[in-house]
Amino acid sequence: MSEAVEPLPAETAPVRIDATPLLRIVVPVLLLVGWWAETALHPGGLIPAPSEVGVALWDLAFGGINDDAFSQMLLPDLIASASRVYGAFVLAAAVALPLGMLIGRLRLVREMLEPTLQVLRPVPVTAWLPLSMIMFGIGPKSAFFLVALGSFFPILLNTIFAVRSVEPRLFEAAQMLGVSPARLFPKVVLPASLPGIFTGLRLGLGLAWVVIVVGEMTGVQTGLGAMIMDARQLSRTEIVIAGMAVIGVAGFLSDYAVLMLGRKLLAWSPRHG
Amino acid sequence: MTPPILSAINAGKVYPGGIEALRNANLTIAPGEFVCLIGASGCGKSTLLRMIAGFETVTSGQIVVRGKEVAGPGPDRGMVFQDYGLFPWLTVRKNIAFGPIARGKPKAGAMAVADRFVSMMGLDRFADSYPHQLSGGMKQRVAIGRVLANDARMALMDEPFGALDAMTREHLQEELLTIWRATGLTVVFVTHSLEEAIYLADRVVVMSPGPGRIVAEERIALERPRDVSSPEFNDIRRRLAALLHADHATEAA
Ligand SMILES: Nc1ncnc2c1ncn2[C@@H]1O[C@H](COP(=O)(O)OP(=O)(O)O)[C@@H](O)[C@H]1O
Ligand SMILES: [Mg+2]
Repeated sequence: MSEAVEPLPAETAPVRIDATPLLRIVVPVLLLVGWWAETALHPGGLIPAPSEVGVALWDLAFGGINDDAFSQMLLPDLIASASRVYGAFVLAAAVALPLGMLIGRLRLVREMLEPTLQVLRPVPVTAWLPLSMIMFGIGPKSAFFLVALGSFFPILLNTIFAVRSVEPRLFEAAQMLGVSPARLFPKVVLPASLPGIFTGLRLGLGLAWVVIVVGEMTGVQTGLGAMIMDARQLSRTEIVIAGMAVIGVAGFLSDYAVLMLGRKLLAWSPRHG
Repeated sequence: MTPPILSAINAGKVYPGGIEALRNANLTIAPGEFVCLIGASGCGKSTLLRMIAGFETVTSGQIVVRGKEVAGPGPDRGMVFQDYGLFPWLTVRKNIAFGPIARGKPKAGAMAVADRFVSMMGLDRFADSYPHQLSGGMKQRVAIGRVLANDARMALMDEPFGALDAMTREHLQEELLTIWRATGLTVVFVTHSLEEAIYLADRVVVMSPGPGRIVAEERIALERPRDVSSPEFNDIRRRLAALLHADHATEAA
């Protein structure tokens, strides 16, 4: 980012200001101002003012303002949602990673499974909601299934692609150095496909955060999705928006942590290091 | 006379799909010899080299290495690719240790061997760098180092310096000769530069396309280091160029 700013000659610009932080907050500030202006121009409208959302957020976190069913529920709801997101993500990865490797490397498995998976893939998680509640009942199991489903396909597809697109040259290099065909998988395929697999995991975790609200439409009592659904029914739009903001920030922080982890583990890859 | 390290006997290759890449190639190489294969693009140089390496099957005739018919790739025949083929997830040191580890050498021993070849190839400063951080010349040093570290008897090099700039190429040619002299390695080196072939080789093998075949061999008796501007060097160059081009002429006719 900062490379975009040309450094000026030293005499004319003794202090060089890095404009990057400024660039990053321009859009959020504009959005906030636009939102505030809109609500100031139309008082009593359906959209709450930023300040109302701020107050709702405070009450959600610490209570002491409204003291209603939502007060101080932020932490328990966040923990409930995050544990579903990570739990379902781990489950999805546990199935998608080995399956993707098998499909990617074994023709038999590929021919058997790929058509089915390609047909299932375009079906949105939302469409699975009714069936999921029939299969897993009303409540957390159903939520878990839907989030895992949302997370599953990006991991699977990226894993298949990663293990299939290993440069053939690397197999030759390994073989002429004495690696037997049976050892090519651990010695070459696995390490070579790590960056692609990592991309799949990152997308999968991101999607788990995206579908958490749908997942928690299954009648669970806790979680940010459940909170948003309850608030909607009570027309507490400021709580809806507060919930949206919390999901956005939580998803962002979670992705950022994964990104940093990738940079550390995949320092060898020009795409990540 | 010592038995040859390699003999190709009427070796031929027809690829699936029917392209005849090589016909009746006969070639005998003595241990420690430095042989260059030269010829126009498509004359089967890579095919012959890859059959020796065991990456391609021989569809007629046979290729025998150290008394055994080639049945697949093996660490006795190390390959140096034009595009390097380094493992991008391993540091320079670990790329070089890859072969010894793959063949079951204990880790500590393999690393010690790797360090020796890191030094031999002048890569000490880059031992812990990853391939994407290296220049082309450095990458090719790693590729040569890992073949040497793996106790290869024979180095098969497919236009290894073809993608490098002239300066780097000259440096590496020099280093390759030094290593070759020091180790007694047998080298089969593919190039399309006549000058490179005459500068490096004990023997130059001229190939021609349509279908690929060996058309001539020339022993280079010049003392090393060779002077590319000497009259003797140029005599050989003229003679081989005529051979290469004569063949093009008959191709065109
Ligand atoms: N894997 C392959 N499948 C089919 N044809 C090939 C393959 N590799 C090379 N050829 C063909 O064989 C001929 C010789 O190729 P190659 O050995 O690569 O020549 P060179 O290295 O001398 O340029 C060419 O006509 C080329 O198109
Ligand atoms: Mg070639």
